[in-house]
Amino acid sequence: MSARDEILNRIRTANGPTPAAVPIPRDYATTGAYATGAPELLDLLADRLHDYRAAVHRCTPDELAATLAELTRGWRVAVPEPLTVPGAVPDRPTLSHADLDGVDAVLTGCAAACADTGTIVLDAGAGQGRRALTLIPDRHVCVIHAEQVVQTVPELLRRLDPSRPLTLISGPSATSDIELDRVEGVHGPRTLIVVIVDGGVPAGPIVSTGSRG
Amino acid sequence: MTSTFLGMPHAPRGVGQLRGDEPFPAAAHKALADRQLRRNLGHATATIRGKRARAVAELADWEQLRQAGEAIKAATMARLDEHLLSLEAAVTARGGHVHWARDAVEANRIVTDLVRATGATEVVKVKSMATQEIGLNEALAAAGITAVETDLAELIVQLGHDKPSHILVPAIHRNRTEIRDIFLRHMPGVDPDLTDEPRRLAMAARAHLRAKFLTAKVAVSGANFAVAETGTVTVVESEGNGRMCLTLPDTLITVMGIEKVVPTWTDLEVFLQLLPRSSTGERMNPYTSTWTGVTAGDGPQEFHLVLLDNGRTAVLADSAGRSALHCIRCSACLNVCPVYERTGGHAYGSVYPGPIGAILSPQLTGIEDNASLPYASSLCGACYDVCPVRIDIPSILVHLRGEHVEARERGLLPSAEGLAMAVAAWAMAAPRRFRFAERLLRLGRLLGRSGRIRRLPPPLSAWTAARDLPAPPAQTFRQWWRTRPGDGTR
Repeated sequence: MSARDEILNRIRTANGPTPAAVPIPRDYATTGAYATGAPELLDLLADRLHDYRAAVHRCTPDELAATLAELTRGWRVAVPEPLTVPGAVPDRPTLSHADLDGVDAVLTGCAAACADTGTIVLDAGAGQGRRALTLIPDRHVCVIHAEQVVQTVPELLRRLDPSRPLTLISGPSATSDIELDRVEGVHGPRTLIVVIVDGGVPAGPIVSTGSRG
Repeated sequence: MTSTFLGMPHAPRGVGQLRGDEPFPAAAHKALADRQLRRNLGHATATIRGKRARAVAELADWEQLRQAGEAIKAATMARLDEHLLSLEAAVTARGGHVHWARDAVEANRIVTDLVRATGATEVVKVKSMATQEIGLNEALAAAGITAVETDLAELIVQLGHDKPSHILVPAIHRNRTEIRDIFLRHMPGVDPDLTDEPRRLAMAARAHLRAKFLTAKVAVSGANFAVAETGTVTVVESEGNGRMCLTLPDTLITVMGIEKVVPTWTDLEVFLQLLPRSSTGERMNPYTSTWTGVTAGDGPQEFHLVLLDNGRTAVLADSAGRSALHCIRCSACLNVCPVYERTGGHAYGSVYPGPIGAILSPQLTGIEDNASLPYASSLCGACYDVCPVRIDIPSILVHLRGEHVEARERGLLPSAEGLAMAVAAWAMAAPRRFRFAERLLRLGRLLGRSGRIRRLPPPLSAWTAARDLPAPPAQTFRQWWRTRPGDGTR
């Protein structure tokens, strides 16, 4: 008998012919007090990100290009498709691991964000790039638009497509392995800079720098 | 019904890390004598207890989440065969390969063969309880393959030729100075002026592992959850070493216990709230990665998922003990346990220490191979209170103690306890014998200083090894009764 059949047989024997149906109570909170777009939601997100020692900046869509230019001044910045940022290094053709190790920062958008936990999600979609792009560089500048922010973890997961490779990021890389003393910045980007964009209709679908072409 | 009757095989002997070299009381004695260890553990567990309590208090619906978590796990186990088949189909449909391993030996062979097929002689590893349980690193080493642990605490353990002592923080028994000394002695190319500041130590680990991450061809991971309906596998971590391993190599091999499957994507909304708050006391851990099979142009292009039994079906077969399989490895029960806090994890002999280990290890190996673990508890119930999936650990401990006694009764040798009870029954059956026994008892006063007896001769030493015995009183109750003032009627 194959290992597969044997394990399945063991499970069926252990559970017996008619395993009891188990009802699952789902009366936990699935939504929060604030709806997407509420100013309190962005305040909460900023507070939680700040708590993880992420650097948080806020601006309007009109100010975004200038804000990003200011934040990344003097850095070699890698960007995913379809972003075009003057002076930035596009990930096209894909940069090698060594190339990515050589840039100062990576600039991306995100798929969604959760205020309760200060979590940003990347789903490798447009403006976010493949996973290695946001992993190897030492600084990650991430732009979140107000309409991408929800309050609770259930709301967050319901926005995501599990068939895509997902990375949930809550603050910079950290460890508590030495006496449970938290140290920010181990193997992932040691610096996480978040730009929350609010007010008015965003100029682009992901990150608009206002300086295309 | 017990697993013995159903003939479910337990985790095999001679491989992996589920059995200690000595029983818990003997190992605990040594640990208790190590004052540095007790200081390190006391400090660390107190810190994490406080953090967890604050993170949990933030959620008004914590109890509802726990109940949902418990029910999802119970429902999953009841139809585990169907969920595993769904998982296999979904992973395969997305270009992954699924392997089934009856036990540690088979899992080690599968992984070793997969690594060999790539031609790699070194693999990077994400911290994984399942691969420690089966002794994968040792099996790979025997095949000439070096496994590099990349989690900081695992690296500390590996460099120090040590053993993990905690599920979440395997080097919890080491303080910063000890870690600095391990790095100075065993980390190639380390700065000789390394201080014991945690940040400096973490940066030394970053520098040491960076080159390995960027050039690794094969990674081995565990899994926190795998979603049956979508085939999505999840790893929850903090440092980014997990992301490195899951993203950069060409080949990814994930070893997961069959109980890690959850039916639906929606179920993760419960566990991704329960786990980080219970485990590190954070609202969310820094990084959670999920992947579904293979994604073209992004991450490993070769993905293997190894589904491991290794005694889990034996646990499932015991309806009174099976909820030990619900564990999501948060380690909250370790941090609140008065026994763990004093003995540390090594005394348990298994990669699963603390209260959850005391119920999981004996069930995976069979009670005879971990007979002392169900007694490594005061049954205070703190573990049950903090368990995010409401595993009733105290009740299972009592159940396993019963199993142990039954197993011993099937054996030939009477226990010290059984012998003592037989003698007591004989003495109490006749008043004359009882009076004689009372007189004998007074001799016990010779053994006791300041009202306590600290050591009795064998076989009674089994009792005094772990606790003091009050010295017998100067008078027995019957002597006192006879001498009561104003009562000469009898």
